[in-house]
Amino acid sequence: MSLIAITEVKKRFGDNEVLKGISIDVAPGEVVAIIGKSGSGKSTLLRCINGLETIDEGSIVVAGAQFLPDEVHLKALRLKVGMIFQQFNLFPHLTAGGNVMLSQMVVKKTPKKDAEAVARKMLDRVGLAHKFDALPDELSGGQQQRVAIARALAMQPIALLCDEITSALDPELVAEVLAVVKELAAEGMTLVMVTHEMRFARDVCSRVVFMHQGRVHEIGAPEDVFANPRTPELRQFLGVQ
Amino acid sequence: MTYQFDFGWLIESLPVLFKGIRITVQLILIGAVFGVALGIACAWVRALGPKWLKPVVAAYVELIRNTPFLIQLFFIFFGLPSLGIRMSELSAANLAMIVNLGAYSCEIIRAGIQATPRGQFEAGASLAMTPFQAFWYVVLVPALQRIWPALSSQIVIVMLGSAVVSQIAAEDLTFAANFIQSRNFRAFETYTVSTLIYLALAILLRQLLAGLGWMLFPRKASR
Repeated sequence: MSLIAITEVKKRFGDNEVLKGISIDVAPGEVVAIIGKSGSGKSTLLRCINGLETIDEGSIVVAGAQFLPDEVHLKALRLKVGMIFQQFNLFPHLTAGGNVMLSQMVVKKTPKKDAEAVARKMLDRVGLAHKFDALPDELSGGQQQRVAIARALAMQPIALLCDEITSALDPELVAEVLAVVKELAAEGMTLVMVTHEMRFARDVCSRVVFMHQGRVHEIGAPEDVFANPRTPELRQFLGVQ
Repeated sequence: MTYQFDFGWLIESLPVLFKGIRITVQLILIGAVFGVALGIACAWVRALGPKWLKPVVAAYVELIRNTPFLIQLFFIFFGLPSLGIRMSELSAANLAMIVNLGAYSCEIIRAGIQATPRGQFEAGASLAMTPFQAFWYVVLVPALQRIWPALSSQIVIVMLGSAVVSQIAAEDLTFAANFIQSRNFRAFETYTVSTLIYLALAILLRQLLAGLGWMLFPRKASR
């Protein structure tokens, strides 16, 4: 039984069909990396799973929650999948703790005291318990991204979507964020990540999806995909002959 | 120069003057609170609200921003009674200021909302907030922070513009000055005093708004 079932999804922006019938099943606890050139549709696919983009055809079901573009269904879907963005998107007027508490209180109506306890626990989990009262401006990019992860985790999602979460970071800050993700993967969290960190994809992911021109071009275990690319497009993308 | 300055009238006119100050302060406090609230509501409609409501708000904003405040005031005080809507001078003055500030602050606040990075809305949405929750809890405070200086200026402008409510006999500071001057015939002294009072009120109001901003918006702990 797959946790995330993506079936024949098509998505158009005007005349430009960016997803041309994508089908992927993700099992519970799987860590799936989506790789591919920019413009291949990988970020769009990820955003569709969270309902940030609508789809034109096909279906997306996450643990029984079907993606339909109305408020009730969107909320049910988004309670199951958290999302982490390239640009962190922390709320600038709230402290790290406030960022992690807000959606618990607003969406789940969790009492403030309980939300704070969860926030402290989640910040501790990403190694930032001591930054509870810091504003996003006072944190490094890597720390901001870890707060964003804590914020998503506080909603207790059953899967996390990561959209190039290390692409906006200075090289020396990438490791601390990937370490957190690696830990989540080890704890059994289901992850779907668009990434350019090939070594990370190879080491941590259970499956790799190579997207090309709006289609799943190759899919398989990382050792196969990276060691034996079958198509010329993937060989070119990976820079192997 | 043979003019003899005389401020002797000031003592006996103090009660009238103080009443005028009280009314002017009251007008701007009520006007600012409800005007900005109206502005926030209208800005939400124009930037993010339901489609059918947008033209209504747009018409309101354009109507107010392209007509004189005095005419708006006259319309409310002298015009509306023909439709059976009657109110006191003070209520009419309050309403006119709220309606006027509402339209101007709508456009200022809308600019703040539209300058919000899309990622903020998306972050809110990805955490299962409704669009309105994302606006209210995520977008609004940073948007207000962005435009706070412009909004503060607009509130001061409305405070100074409130002088015209004396034209419908709302007993504000300008009404008091006119009243005193018509008794003592000391126009220079009377208007000098009222000018200084307005100046002090405006500076005080700016300080108050700056302080409010300081409380409302987060600051880095130290540096």
